[in-house]
Amino acid sequence: MLKVEEQQPVEFSSALIEKFEEIVKRYPEGKQKSALLPVLHEVQAVLGWLSPAAMDKIAEYLSISPIEVYEVASFYSMYFLKPQGKYVLEVCRTGPCCLVGAEKLMGHIEKSLGVKENEVTPDGLFSWRGVECLAACGYGPVLQIGPEYTFYENLDEKKVDDLIQDLRKK
Amino acid sequence: MSRKLLLEHINVPGIHTLDVYRQKGGYRAVEKALKTLTPDEVVEEVKKSGLRGRGGAGFPTGMKWSFLAKPEGVARYLVCNADESEPGTFKDRYLMTHIPHALIEGMIVSSFALGAKTSFIYVRGEMMPQIRILEKAIAEAKNAGFLGKNILGTGYDLELYVQPGGGAYICGEETALLESLEGKRGNPRIKPPFPAIAGLYGCPTVVNNVESIAAVVPIINDGGDEYAKVGIGRSTGTKLISASGNLVRPGVYEIELGLPVEEFIYSDEWCGGIANGKRLKATVAGGSSVPVLPANLSIKLANGEPRLMSYESLSEGGFATGTMMGSGGFIAFDEDQCMVRNTWNFSRFYHHESCGQCSPCREGTGWMEKVLHRIEYGHGKMSDIDLLVDVAKKIEGNTICPLGDAAAWPVASAIRHFRDEFEWHVNNPQLSLDTNYGLANYAEPIAKAVSTEN
Ligand SMILES: Cc1cc2nc3c(=O)[nH]c(=O)nc-3n(C[C@H](O)[C@H](O)[C@H](O)COP(=O)(O)O)c2cc1C
Ligand code: SF4
Ligand code: FES
Repeated sequence: MLKVEEQQPVEFSSALIEKFEEIVKRYPEGKQKSALLPVLHEVQAVLGWLSPAAMDKIAEYLSISPIEVYEVASFYSMYFLKPQGKYVLEVCRTGPCCLVGAEKLMGHIEKSLGVKENEVTPDGLFSWRGVECLAACGYGPVLQIGPEYTFYENLDEKKVDDLIQDLRKK
Repeated sequence: MSRKLLLEHINVPGIHTLDVYRQKGGYRAVEKALKTLTPDEVVEEVKKSGLRGRGGAGFPTGMKWSFLAKPEGVARYLVCNADESEPGTFKDRYLMTHIPHALIEGMIVSSFALGAKTSFIYVRGEMMPQIRILEKAIAEAKNAGFLGKNILGTGYDLELYVQPGGGAYICGEETALLESLEGKRGNPRIKPPFPAIAGLYGCPTVVNNVESIAAVVPIINDGGDEYAKVGIGRSTGTKLISASGNLVRPGVYEIELGLPVEEFIYSDEWCGGIANGKRLKATVAGGSSVPVLPANLSIKLANGEPRLMSYESLSEGGFATGTMMGSGGFIAFDEDQCMVRNTWNFSRFYHHESCGQCSPCREGTGWMEKVLHRIEYGHGKMSDIDLLVDVAKKIEGNTICPLGDAAAWPVASAIRHFRDEFEWHVNNPQLSLDTNYGLANYAEPIAKAVSTEN
């Protein structure tokens, strides 16, 4: 659910605005609303999540009403409406991955990070959650990390531990 | 070795680049179509090929194209469906990762056939790396004069854009996809009107799967008649199969349609058998939405003849003893897998992904998830099993889009074929938490299968 408490003002960089403009040009005149999903991705990649203030700003930029942005951002699973860890480990929890050990792996991640699904570690570095099929079912268990959505495939406990260590050192 | 029409060069180093792709004969289909054929002639070749949509429904692509309305002065669109979210399906991601120009070449030829001047590839948002790959390949193609204004001096203009989704299975449904591309929630539209009449921005639109569009390239290169010689009966050509689950070698395979299922599972050319020396218990042949089959019926038809990987053979026997080709997501379950747990998992998926517009789907998927959860966790009642069948029946056919059916079929089929396992869970709540029902008699191919329902 949307909470309106986090109202820090948001300014978009000129690089970001330039990116928006390039996106809007793809669509016919008057159809700039089509840019909404790609623009939300661009903003989330920079800010880490979509605050109400950021969404309002997007609405203003695309000349649509704020509710049109909220309803889209809350419909799609990739958009974060709350602050997340710097790295969000998104593990596939759907059938085919479970046949090859995804559920056990999620248990292991919960233990390793010491936080429950959708919670952020105290140092702000990590959160994790189960997501639905990532179209990598033959290479499961699999997880992805945004904003570039790098895939990590054929995972086991050791590989996940190494990954977490590497990210900690970054 | 079986013939490869899409993945022949997949292992050539650098095939993702325009140069190498062209060295291997790439962009011949663009040259041929734009310089020597009319748009209608391209449509005719696709019709002759017998190509059926690879996204799930299997509708003949040429016929779909010929339905496209062509009012004067109105833009037409081709939208490629690269949403690929059906559990068990990962072929489109594979193709776009390794041989992106195959899709782009197919998009150019198909857009030309349909008279589209702007086309979109709608890629699920999680495939950000593939989006970058496609954008790079599009830039290369544009530089080489295969996209943009006056392509190859033929006077044909085309702009091609990649659109990311936001993470929603329902956006694979073509009208939900169009809503999403217009910047809205992915709520499927009520049909008619069909996209061929009123699609993107209300204009005539064709939506096709990645693999369907890539298949247009060999069809134009070799001719529709040649393509139709590959495969079996009305299942022409090759098909990408995403193989997952408990197999020795899961992965993406290009098969000639008509390959026996048994050979696909066990032969070393393909999946190499069941992993860890276990036995096969069940398969889901076409992605999570199609009916699950026990091992015996996966491999043989009810009359004992071998089952083949073709649209007709997979659906032989209807839902009583058959399944569907779907998207070609082939999931294999070994003897240690629990059918109740997997059915619950799939139900949770559909409940999570329901867009919520129609109550049978929104509520029904939730009930099924809940009831399956309690059976799986040892709190089920015997009457729950029939309750599930009842709920599944009430969803089926009563919704705006086929997601409702897709949610109902896995549950109905699991109970149809594995009812004893569900009953065992109800009767042995404690035991079923610690151990599995096992293989039962499903792995022994039987001479004549008994249908238990309908
Ligand atoms: C719930 C649902 C999800 C779907 N997901 C996909 C998908 O991810 N990719 C796809 O190509 N088709 C998907 N489809 C099928 C599309 O609606 C459409 O039939 C297809 O893209 C047409 O392309 P084709 O004729 O080339 O197969 C889905 C359908 C439904 C009902
Ligand atoms: S069947 Fe389900 S997913 Fe499809 S429109 Fe209705 S509620 Fe939405
Ligand atoms: S089930 Fe995990 S990627 Fe498909």
